[in-house]
Amino acid sequence: MLDLIAPFFERLYDTTGLNFSPFYNSYDWGRLVEGMWVSVKLITAIIAVSLVIGVIGAGAQTSRLRIIRWMVSAYIEIFRNTPPIVQLLFFYFGLGAITPQVDMGGWYEPAIGSFGWAVIAIGIFGGSYNVEIFRSGIEAVPASTKEAAESLGFSGFKIFVYVTFPLALRICLPALTNNIVSLAKTSSLAYVIAVPEITYSLSGIWSDSVNVPEMMLLLFGYYIVLIAIIARIMTMIERKIALPGYGQ
Amino acid sequence: MITLKTLLGTIAITALTATASFAQDVVNDRFKEVLERGVLRVGVQGAFKPWAFRAPEGTIQGIEVDLAQTVADRMGVTLETVVISSANRMEFLQQGKVDLLIGAMSDRPDRRKVVGIIEPAYWTSGPTLMAKEGVISSWDDIKGKPVCGKQGVFYNKIAEVEFGANVVAFGGNTEAKEALRSGKCLAWVYDDTSIAADIASGEWDGYEMPVDTVFSNPWGVAVPLEEKDGIWGAFMSGMAYNWHKDGTLIELEKKWGVKASPWLAALHEQLQYDNSYLDN
Repeated sequence: MLDLIAPFFERLYDTTGLNFSPFYNSYDWGRLVEGMWVSVKLITAIIAVSLVIGVIGAGAQTSRLRIIRWMVSAYIEIFRNTPPIVQLLFFYFGLGAITPQVDMGGWYEPAIGSFGWAVIAIGIFGGSYNVEIFRSGIEAVPASTKEAAESLGFSGFKIFVYVTFPLALRICLPALTNNIVSLAKTSSLAYVIAVPEITYSLSGIWSDSVNVPEMMLLLFGYYIVLIAIIARIMTMIERKIALPGYGQ
Repeated sequence: MITLKTLLGTIAITALTATASFAQDVVNDRFKEVLERGVLRVGVQGAFKPWAFRAPEGTIQGIEVDLAQTVADRMGVTLETVVISSANRMEFLQQGKVDLLIGAMSDRPDRRKVVGIIEPAYWTSGPTLMAKEGVISSWDDIKGKPVCGKQGVFYNKIAEVEFGANVVAFGGNTEAKEALRSGKCLAWVYDDTSIAADIASGEWDGYEMPVDTVFSNPWGVAVPLEEKDGIWGAFMSGMAYNWHKDGTLIELEKKWGVKASPWLAALHEQLQYDNSYLDN
């Protein structure tokens, strides 16, 4: 791959001064590919964690126990009201210092590395929004529908799983798409705790090769394409699971 | 299809705006601009003891601030220090946010293409490691191990490419050294001058500088590239020459408690102009 495109980009650099070093220098190429891959893994993991938290949290909010409802709203207040970058630094440097770690002779292999902390911190941050998004969907499900399920003998848990949630998901999908897109972009903050995702790798390349405008362009292009793909997938899901005549 | 076209359009617009600022002509007005403004803005490091760091009361002080002050004094203007970071310092200069950069920047060929690095250089340093005592005995010990670094420092690439370390780079010295202290990495790869100062400060008991520098690279003051061959560049070159010649740098070394550098002593000798013919 690199052999094919390298001559073109080398000539581009010589003739125009546009230095796209990852496309002809194998070390920078490795950093770019690694960065893109870590970014995709990070975004996937963050979205998965935030969705799980969102569903569990929204379910817990409908609980009859006041203490559980109180805990969920406390969680939302804490994580929705603090900036994600502060949460990242808090988790990595604050909690990271007291989590178990293995002595490797001079340094410690932590049980949770920087990638793990980024997933936890940004996942929990995004999850707090998802709880609210799912709640809005759940509240929009007509009470008569739930009563109908209750009269058929469904338990509270079964009503949530088989009736309320499937309907709520369809209602809140547009809002959920917005939050997922925003989370995918927030993942770039992970570079402050040295997760080698795309922003981190490209900032490494531009400090070595002093080609900031070109690498900014590449970074911009990468996110535009990636977010366009995510948005497209979400639209497809929305169409696929739409109920004819419901909420349209 | 429409989305694809929009996408291409967006990318094209971004490309245009980004490349529009590339072409630059030689200009020669910074010197006058500073005099008219009455303020000289100098980019310095913010947490790099003892070159430029915050005093307890919040002001920036250190060797590089003192050097900047000599420039401001010579021009008869007020000095305004602007804290830069290693990863963005050259952009600050290119975009005109500072007039001059005295930011512990190594003089490298790729950097000379972007900013006007002034000769003679004013300091020198090279990459070395700081680690807990007894952990490291040679550069080969970092192979495959996590090593903390600072984003934007070219030593990271040397540690990765030549010695096979996994460099974990943070935004600032403080975060990177905190990561070393909490054991997130085996060593901290940085300037020998800075590490020596840290160890001498007494805050790093139990840590050492176990290996020699791979090489030593001078640090240059920088002006905007298009001003380098103009008045501003020539003036700064003269300032830098005098720092060596009249012993300013050697005095600053003593004032801030830095180990005497043989490089500075040699340049002090070398840059003396032999005007003994006046006595004939």
